[in-house]
Amino acid sequence: MTETTVPFRNPVIRVRDLTVSLTQGGSRPVVQNVGFDIGPGETLCVVGESGSGKSVTAFSIMGLLQANALQPTGGEILLEREDLLRAQPERLRQLRSTRMSMIFQEPMTALNPVEKVGRQIEEVLLLHSRANAAERRRLTLEMLETVHLPDPERIYESYPHQLSGGQRQRVVICMALILEPELLIADEPTTALDVTTQQQILTLIREMQERQNTAVLFITHDMGVVADIADRVVVMKDGRIVEIADKETILRSPAQDYTRMLISSVPSLVPEPRAPLRTETVLSVEGLCKTFRKKRFLRPVAEVQAVTDVHLTLRRNEILGVVGQSGSGKSTVARCIVGLEEPSAGTISICGERLDRAGTAARRQMRRRIQMVFQDPYRSLNPRVKIGRSLIEGPTNFGIPAETALKRAGELMELVGLPKGVLDRYPHQFSGGQRQRICIARALMLEPAVLVADEAVSALDVSVQEQVLELLNEIRTETSVGIVFITHDLRVAARICDSIFVMNDGRIVEYGPAERVLARPEEAYTQKLFEAAPGRHWDFRNFCPV
Amino acid sequence: MKLSAQTDASGASTREDAPASRRALLLQRLWSAFGRGPALVAVIILALVTLMALLAPLLATADPIAIAPAERLSGASAIHPLGTDAYGRDIYSRVLYGARVSLLVGAGAALVSVAIGLVIGVVAGYFRAIDTVIMRTMDGIMAIPSILLAIALISLTGASLLTVLVAITVPEIPRVVRLVRSVILNVRSEAYVEAAVTLGSPVRRILMRHMVPNTVAPLIVQGTFVFASAILTEATLSFLGAGLPTEIPSWGNIMSEGRAYFQLYPGLVLWPGIALALTLLSVNVLGDVLRDMLDPKMAKRT
Repeated sequence: MTETTVPFRNPVIRVRDLTVSLTQGGSRPVVQNVGFDIGPGETLCVVGESGSGKSVTAFSIMGLLQANALQPTGGEILLEREDLLRAQPERLRQLRSTRMSMIFQEPMTALNPVEKVGRQIEEVLLLHSRANAAERRRLTLEMLETVHLPDPERIYESYPHQLSGGQRQRVVICMALILEPELLIADEPTTALDVTTQQQILTLIREMQERQNTAVLFITHDMGVVADIADRVVVMKDGRIVEIADKETILRSPAQDYTRMLISSVPSLVPEPRAPLRTETVLSVEGLCKTFRKKRFLRPVAEVQAVTDVHLTLRRNEILGVVGQSGSGKSTVARCIVGLEEPSAGTISICGERLDRAGTAARRQMRRRIQMVFQDPYRSLNPRVKIGRSLIEGPTNFGIPAETALKRAGELMELVGLPKGVLDRYPHQFSGGQRQRICIARALMLEPAVLVADEAVSALDVSVQEQVLELLNEIRTETSVGIVFITHDLRVAARICDSIFVMNDGRIVEYGPAERVLARPEEAYTQKLFEAAPGRHWDFRNFCPV
Repeated sequence: MKLSAQTDASGASTREDAPASRRALLLQRLWSAFGRGPALVAVIILALVTLMALLAPLLATADPIAIAPAERLSGASAIHPLGTDAYGRDIYSRVLYGARVSLLVGAGAALVSVAIGLVIGVVAGYFRAIDTVIMRTMDGIMAIPSILLAIALISLTGASLLTVLVAITVPEIPRVVRLVRSVILNVRSEAYVEAAVTLGSPVRRILMRHMVPNTVAPLIVQGTFVFASAILTEATLSFLGAGLPTEIPSWGNIMSEGRAYFQLYPGLVLWPGIALALTLLSVNVLGDVLRDMLDPKMAKRT
């Protein structure tokens, strides 16, 4: 699958049989026989799950591989007939920024925090052009204007921390494109951004590409983004190219099973109709407010109102989605519910009993009915503790003998789809998806009435994400637990939630059954959020447009 | 779909490693860290110094505190391999016994300051209400130069091995407290600690199972540096005459007494000085290697 027809007579970049291996031995190459071309003005998307070698491929092109860890061992990378793998470091330095440049996932770490952004952009001109100081300033301001940053004079004088995530990414794009390189490599440039910002950045990249006729190599894990921006698509797995074709072919009729699986794992934005639940209420939150206070020396106390007047009710067996962008207060709501934060005002009741009216001992017993699954499966299990001990920690806290708890742990491991015998292993012996299953099992050990899942599938690859969502769905039917499902991803919400709360600036903007909220959003904010969802015109499950 | 379901379910079996092989791995790492180069030399030197200290009564050729005016300031001989000092005491034997004091003070100060610092640091890091009081007190102790503080403490109580040990340990505690507190503050926000809170784990279990084990590696490293600095402080105090009395031979007071005769009999200062320098160097090398091994982030890039 590595050889394909060459659609361009003069591709900007031509990668042939690229193989990259670990410098210190290693059983198999990290990237093996990868080859593709990108023509002027074309966008080539590289998709694949984590560990598929997409970033290593990009870093090889830029000559940014850490020589003590990874080394290209075969093939060639031709940037207009010049082999980058054989170029001297000095030559590569000349080529970067002038002929090829790169933007990264996290714009904050791509910028120097102690230098004004204007000077950082100018540095590119200083190193690679003959422009004098006045010209450099003029060019920089022009470029800031081109990437649609408001008030370029002010941005020029700003430090990175004074800008928002989207503005920072614009500055990085400005730096990458100021010398009009032929090739732009974008490594997950919108993954750390909110959907609305993501949409703006994608539009900007497209606009700049058209203006400068740039070839764009766009690395992403998000099929929605692919559907929106790609001309052609490379699908990678385990360091090899699985399939390479134009976007229509890949999305409509993928030739390989893996591609088919990858695409059909993307949840639809349109929820399946669900019968309304008439079960009893297990959790009710009324008038929840949370204000964070920060004491400052010799200055008035700083206050941030993170959550304002949130009401929600959760029924047995229900999956309730709380959807919002970062900073909307959705995680704070989750943390208040599980007791990791103390609410500033409002009441939380579990199975009809109010938490704040209960005594300390009764409260501890009630808290046990609310359990949480965290976002990052790599950090939510203590790496030093065997998972068997992690699982029985909860029950033993409440006086259940270890043997009884271990037996239950074995049963739960089977419920979440892992063999019983793995209880004496350490967390590092499991993959991310398996760890998340273990975390779910741990939360279920206390037989909770409410399970709070805070972005529980956001850190997982789509195929694994689909499995974990399915698991949550099974668990609520088997244990009749109510689940509060916090997510920023509308697709995930549509896939699994019965009803949806949309949050913005600490308030609930809209709520209702998932079908209604997602299919016919009433509030302007929800509509905006929905409009920004990448790939919303494509139905990935059925390989056709919506 | 099928493909990745398989990898997800069978992944666990591909990554087996039993605790036994973990132990083998640790031994292998220890060997690769200490089995070559300067680290190996340091280990050998420290082993020799420890042997010297343990076997001092057997190795000594004379009583280290027996005064013999007739033999004062004699050169090297069969009974006095390194000569004698101004009171006729055997330098070789005194240096041997000096190793005992140095190692005792070093190990004692390291263990006690790490133990006390761990407790205070955990309290400061976990119970935020008293954090400010504890940390400002620690800042106060750190603001006083440690030698001055030690001299002041000794002058209050009189010099003995115990008071010297206390005087050396107290100024070392704040640094340990700061280290432990910073580790605890970092771990507090780890998801597995929050998970333990939601599981209803009591504070004692959260601290002992989930937080304190994270301090072990940095404390081992900090302990070796306290070890070295305590040996040095003891030698300094004894050299200044504020430390151990001359009945207890220590490298510091041997040098102090030999100082007056340095130009005529340089051996009086040189031999204990060499022992002190080699020991300190070895401990510091060991500390560096341990840090590189336990904290990969700090390791030099090769």
